Amino acid sequence: MLQFGDIITPVRLTLELASVTTLILIVLGTPLAWWLARSTRWWKEAVGALVALPLVLPPTVLGFYLLIALGPQGIGGLLGVRTLAFSFEGLVIGSAIYSLPFVVQPIRTAFEAIGPRSLEVAATLRASPLDRFLTVALPLARTGFLTGGILGFAHTVGEFGVVLMIGGNVPGETKVLSVAIYDYVEQLQYDAAHVLSAGMVLFSFVVILAMTLIGRRLGQLQP
Amino acid sequence: MPVSFRFALTCGIALAAALASLSAHATTTSVAVAANFTGAAKDIAAAFHEKTGDTAQLSFGSTGTLYTQISQDAPFEVFLAADDVRPEKAVKDGFGVKGTTFTYAVGKIVLYSTDPALVKGPETLKNATFEKLAIANPKTAPYGTAAVQAMKALKVYDTLKPKIVEGENIAQTHQFVMTGNAELGFVALSQVIGTDAGSRWEVPADLYQPIRQDAVLLKKGEGSEAAKAFVDFLKGPEAAKIIARYGYATGS
Repeated sequence: MLQFGDIITPVRLTLELASVTTLILIVLGTPLAWWLARSTRWWKEAVGALVALPLVLPPTVLGFYLLIALGPQGIGGLLGVRTLAFSFEGLVIGSAIYSLPFVVQPIRTAFEAIGPRSLEVAATLRASPLDRFLTVALPLARTGFLTGGILGFAHTVGEFGVVLMIGGNVPGETKVLSVAIYDYVEQLQYDAAHVLSAGMVLFSFVVILAMTLIGRRLGQLQP
Repeated sequence: MPVSFRFALTCGIALAAALASLSAHATTTSVAVAANFTGAAKDIAAAFHEKTGDTAQLSFGSTGTLYTQISQDAPFEVFLAADDVRPEKAVKDGFGVKGTTFTYAVGKIVLYSTDPALVKGPETLKNATFEKLAIANPKTAPYGTAAVQAMKALKVYDTLKPKIVEGENIAQTHQFVMTGNAELGFVALSQVIGTDAGSRWEVPADLYQPIRQDAVLLKKGEGSEAAKAFVDFLKGPEAAKIIARYGYATGS
C-alpha cells in the first residue's frame, strides 16, 4: 500500500528545505545575533522582539500574511513572476521567517555569554575587530551555533501550518513530510501515516538527544 | 480519612445528580459539520433553535479530521460530511446509526477568477493563458475530485496538470484564488454565490459526478431527542430553502 517513492520524495524535499533554510539562517542570523548581543542602542530590544515574534504567532497568521506578501501585490509582483507561493523558494522564505528565532536566540545568548573581557584582551594583542570576531567570538560561541543550527533544522522539518497555507501541495516542490502525513490521515490511510509519523517521532527524539549530548560534550571542552 | 471519604462521597452524589438532571433536560445536540457548509449550517442551527428551542452546537472541521475525531470517541451526535463516503464508513465502522444516512446537500463547482475578464467558459481552460490553476486536493476533497473529473471530461487535464496547485480543502483553494496567487480556480458555488465580482463559469453538472454531502446520526445521538429533531429539521423545507440560498442543490 505504501509506495517507497511516495514517501522518499517528501522526505528528500523536507531535508532539502531544512538544510537550505538552516544555512541561510546561520549566514543571516550570525551578524544579527552579534548586533543584538553587542549593541547598546535603546531600540535593540524592539528588534529582538521582532525576531522572536514567530515563537508566539500562530503559523496561520504568518501563512496568511505570506500568502499576500508573496503574491502579485507583493514580492511576486515586484519580481515579475506573479507569485512565489507554491514554489520551493517561497517555502524557504516562509521557513526562514518561521525558524528565525530558533537560530538567532541561541547564538545571541552564546555571544552574550562571552562577555567583554576576552575580546578586550584580544584587542590589546592588536587583533582587528574582524579577527576578534572570527578567532575569539565564533569559537567561544560554537555551542550556540550548534544548538541554533539543530533547532532551526528540526523546527523547519516540523513546520506545517505555514507550508500548508502557502505550499499548494505540489509534489517534489512544496509537498513536505508534515503535509504528506496530514494528507494520509485525511485519506484515512492510517498505515502510511503511522510509518511517517513514527519516523518523525524517532527523528525528533534523536535530534533532541543528540543536541543535549553534544551540547554537554562541548560544554566540557570549553576552554 | 473518614472525613475526606465522606466529602468525596457527597461530591460524587451531587455530581451524579447534576448529570442526571442535565440528561433529563437535554436540549443541546453536538453536531460535527464539514467546513464548506459553515455558513449554511449556522443559519440552519439558528432557524432550528427558533423553531424547536433546542440548540445545535456546531463544530467545524475538514471531513477527514472530523471523522478521525469521531472514531476516537468525540462527543458528536450528528455528522454532516462533505462527501458520501465518510458517513457510510461511520455506519460500517459502528459509529453511525444504520439507515440514517441521507444526502442533505449537493455541491456545485465553479471556475472562478477575481479578474473580471479571465473566465469566459470552457475555452478559458483550453487556451490556458494563465500560470496557476487552484483546485482542492482531489485525493481528500470531493470538490477537487469533481474539478479533475470536469477537466478530464473537457480533455484539458493533462495539459493543465503542471499548472495545478492544490489547496488542502475548498476553503484554502478559494483563498489562493482570492489573494491572486492563483489566477483562477475551481471553487464551490457556495463560496462565491454572495458576490458578483470577478468572472465565473458554472461547470455543467454533467461534467462531474454530483458532490453529495451526506449526513448521519451517530451512535452517541441515538438516544438524544434533540439530535433526531435536528436531523428531521435538516430534511425539512425550511432547511432546504437555506441550503439552496447557499448555492447547493438539495438531496434526492
